[in-house]
This record gives sequence, C-alpha cells and structure tokens, in this order.
Amino acid sequence: MAKELLKGNEAFAEAAIRYGLEAYFGYPITPQSEALEHLARRMVEENRVFIQAESELGAINMVYGAACCGVRTMASTSGPGFSLMEEGLSYIAGSEVPAVVVNMQRGGPGLGNIQPSQSDYFLMTKSAGHGDFHPLVLAPASVQELIDMMGLAFDLAEKYRTLVLVAGDGSLGQMMESAELPPMQPFPRPRPDWAVSGAKGRKPHIITSLDLSPEGLERINLRLQAKLAEIQQHEIRWKEYETADAEILLVAYGTTGRICLSAMREARKQGLKVGLFRPQTLWPFPAARLHELAGQTRAMLVAEMNAGQMVEDVRLAVAGQTPVHFYGRLGGIVPLSDEILAEVKKL
Amino acid sequence: MSAIPETMERIYQYPDSLTRANTHYCPGCTHGVIHRLVAEVLDELGVREQTIGVAPVGCAVLAYNYFNMDFVEAPHGRAPAMATGIKRTNPDKVVFTYQGDGDLAAIGTNEILHAAHRGEHITTIFVNNAIYGMTGGQMAPTTLPGQKTTSSPFGRDPKIAGMPVHISEIMAVIPGVVYATRQATLDLAGINKTRKAIKRAFLAQLQGLGFSIVEVLSTCPTNWNMDPWAAMQWAKENMIPQFPLGDTRVSDEVAALKV
Repeated sequence: MAKELLKGNEAFAEAAIRYGLEAYFGYPITPQSEALEHLARRMVEENRVFIQAESELGAINMVYGAACCGVRTMASTSGPGFSLMEEGLSYIAGSEVPAVVVNMQRGGPGLGNIQPSQSDYFLMTKSAGHGDFHPLVLAPASVQELIDMMGLAFDLAEKYRTLVLVAGDGSLGQMMESAELPPMQPFPRPRPDWAVSGAKGRKPHIITSLDLSPEGLERINLRLQAKLAEIQQHEIRWKEYETADAEILLVAYGTTGRICLSAMREARKQGLKVGLFRPQTLWPFPAARLHELAGQTRAMLVAEMNAGQMVEDVRLAVAGQTPVHFYGRLGGIVPLSDEILAEVKKL
Repeated sequence: MSAIPETMERIYQYPDSLTRANTHYCPGCTHGVIHRLVAEVLDELGVREQTIGVAPVGCAVLAYNYFNMDFVEAPHGRAPAMATGIKRTNPDKVVFTYQGDGDLAAIGTNEILHAAHRGEHITTIFVNNAIYGMTGGQMAPTTLPGQKTTSSPFGRDPKIAGMPVHISEIMAVIPGVVYATRQATLDLAGINKTRKAIKRAFLAQLQGLGFSIVEVLSTCPTNWNMDPWAAMQWAKENMIPQFPLGDTRVSDEVAALKV
C-alpha cells in the first residue's frame, strides 16, 4: 500500500476495518468524532455493523454483547465518555471477552475542554473500572504507529481474551501525516469456540462476571491475575533513542514522546548527552528496562500533558537510583520542545 | 422418572429449554412460572439451539443457570444494549432479554427506550413486581402510590417519588415496537394468556418485524411481607388497576401472526 496523507481519527478507524473490525459502537465526542463519522460510512459500505449508540454506556455494552460473540469489536471515545464506559469495561474484563477501546484524551476534569491531554493515564492503566484488573494499554506516538497498533490491539485482545485500550490524545486524533494503511484482511473472520452462538449440539456457553461464592470469585481473580502476569511477561513494549551514553533520560509517551524526541535531537546538537525512553505499552509498564537505565543516568525527566501521572510509575521503576524530575502542561496545552529542552538544561 | 403406560400420552414434561437446576426464587414468586413459559415457547418454536439470552441484575441475575441455552449476564439495566450487540452480529439468532422493573424501568430506561426506538429485532420479557427484590425490598419505579417498602417506609409519596412508571404505555408510542403487551401470571387464565403473548413476541422476532416486549405483572411475597396467596390477591386488587392488562401496541404484521 502506498503512503497517504491521513488524519489520525480516520486512520485508526480505517485500519480497524482492515484488521477485521466487525462491529463498531460509538457516541459522538470531540476530539474523536471523525472516527465515528468515518465508520458510519465505511462499515455500511463493507456490510458490517455500525451503531451510533444512545450514550457511551449504551455503546460499551453493545461492544460487550458483540465481544461475547467473539467478533472483532470496538468503541472509541474521549475522557468524559471514557468515564461512562468504565462500567462496561469492568464487565468486559471480569468476563474475559476481547474488546478494544480507543481513548483520544482531552483536557479535564469535568467537561474540561477538547484540547489534547494525557490526563486519563491513571484512569486507563490503574482504574479502568471497579474491581481488580488492568487493561492492556497501547500508546502510539504517530499516525503510523496508531494504525499499526490497531492490529496489535485486536490480536492481543483475542490472544489473552482481554480488554485493550489505545491511549491517544486530541493531537494524535486530529493531526494529519503521511502513513500507510494495511491491506484488507480476509473477512468475516472465524469465530472462537468459547463464544455464545446458540447451543447447537453442545452444552450452553454462559458468559458472566458473577460468582457469588468468595472462594469461586477468588479463583476467578487468581486466574485473571495469572493472565495479567503473563501479559506483563510477554507484552511490554517501548522505544529507546540514544540511551547508550545518555546522562539525562527523557521519559514520555505518545504525543509528548514525540515532542521529547525533538527536544532530545536539539539537545544532542548542542552537545548534551540526552536520551529518550518512550513506553509503547503503559500497562504493562516497561519498569524493568527503566530500572536498568536508571543505573547509568544522572537524572530523568518525565514529561506529560498532565500534573504527573506516569511519573509515579517511573519513580517506582527507578526506585531511587537517580532523581526523577517532572515537567507537565495542563488543561489541554501541548508543551513545546523548547520548553522541554529548557527543563533539561536545568538538571 | 416413573414409567408412563404406553397407552397414555405425555402431555406435560420438563421443557428442553430449562435446566434441571433448582431455582433460588422464593416460594410464591412467579419468576419460575415465567421462566417455564419462555422455555415452553422456545421449545415449541424449535429455536432453543439458536437462542442467546441476556440476564439482568436483580432476582433473575442467575437466569442463565435455569435456561438451557447460551446466555450472557449484563450490567444493571444494560441488557438491551448487550442484546443489540449480540443480535446485530448474529441476525440469524433469537435474542431476548429477561429484566425486572428496577433493571428495566429505572437504571435501564435509556437502553430499553433506544433499543425499542431502533426497532432491534429482539424480545424483552419484563417482569414487574413493583419492588426491588434482590436488594431487599426497596422502592422501584413501579412501586404503587402508598406502597410501603424498605426505602419508602411511610408509603410511596407521589409528591416526592412521582407516580409509577408505565413501560407498556411508553412502548405503545414507539414506532420501532411492533408488539407491546402487559400480562399477569397471577392465575391460570393469566398464565395461559402470558404464554400466548410470549409466543407472539418471539414469533414477531423470528419474522424480523421489530422490537417486542411482554410486561408480566408478578409478585414478591418475601418483600411484600405476604404469603404467596395473599400476594396474588394483593397484586390483582392493587397492581392491575394501576397497570391495566392487555396489548398496548400490535402492528398489523403482528396482528396477522398465527399464534
């Protein structure tokens, strides 16, 4: 496929179709509505399921229903809608069905605004619903990576029968850049054996997150935790730039990761030994590698578009080996690379 | 099982669509009767193996243990949304939700209204016993004026809590609904009529006509603090005047169905 000029929201929507999305359920919210609009046309053209739901609660529970049938299904939203979806996310996690949700984060709290933000990091990685679970959280930093991660998201959701979140932001959703879409995958995809499909010639399949006995529910939780441990073992992803000799290590994900890359390159031009560590999975977090790098760096600077959320995971990983500083912009302000560089020079 | 002489015809037996599990329902509750009616109809229509049920949160939360078919368990009130996701990806399957009055008429009003408005080809069995049973007898949206519950200890005061929600009448004005009816499992005649209504509702789905809903007036002897017989009488004397029985919407196509 040739490279095209693509808008983030439309790119991930189209990529999802090509990776086999069978049913999309959404609700309009800025800054992700172009995805809903793109799918409203394309899913119909491809003879697949598209519904604009009555709310994000409706949308996520439609996703839950479709996920119980073993089809590739997803929703997309932004902060306020993500808050509403948390009910369904918990049930999806508890009943171990595969589903993907894209969150193009915006400024909060409350209605906040519609500018880019990373203020849902805690929400996505640590509290995506009631109960004891973590979704797998992917963090793309470009339109191309966003496209590629849609395929990865569906694959991982199915492999582990788990919830996968794609953590974008308003900037990634709205930006246009040159990227390549994947070819159309064969469709329809075969459905898995565990799904509900009508108990024809077999025992009924029951999909539930309920177990009234503490012993039973503890067993389920232990199984969930074992699965999460397996994900932690196999699915941690990150990118490193100029870390071999870095004295100062920038740590940032998504849009901020890109900005830090510019800051790092400028710093290198000026002779400063700066590197960048960009997590591509926010859960599981690449803590072990950061711990290693901490031993060889003089200081770390975590940059986020929030008041300091991922920095807590960085500090846990570093465990005091080196000072971990923080630079954040709030309320939907995207930091400039010059601001990051100025912070680096203070260290 | 005792042997039946060859000369006798078996006219009553356990439906294939029910498991042999003992239910957890209280004595005198009619959930068991309504389960059986749904099961009989699914058997009669020969669709057990192509049916997917959606259980609610409430007394019927464990319905999947009693129905012998594929089932999912929805968050409180969201069964119609889940059923939408299931039916749209499985248009050849029979999909139904089984919901109580707290689940459907309070927390789940948005989901049921919009599933109905979209004309989803699903069937909803809506059991109305005017109370939250599972959580211990709190006021429901369908609780009668003056009715005492654990959260309306002085009786439901319409000035504070409003009047009961009439779901079947709301469904009557929704174009996507092809069949809406209110029945009651409070006596044999009502049970027979309810069975017929459930069959009509599933036939409407099988014909791809649109959304169908059967409201069933039921009892809650435990939380009404009555014995089962008194509960039946109380429901007849108090619930039926508030919630009149009968069809509230029957499309021409549904009217033409042979039931």
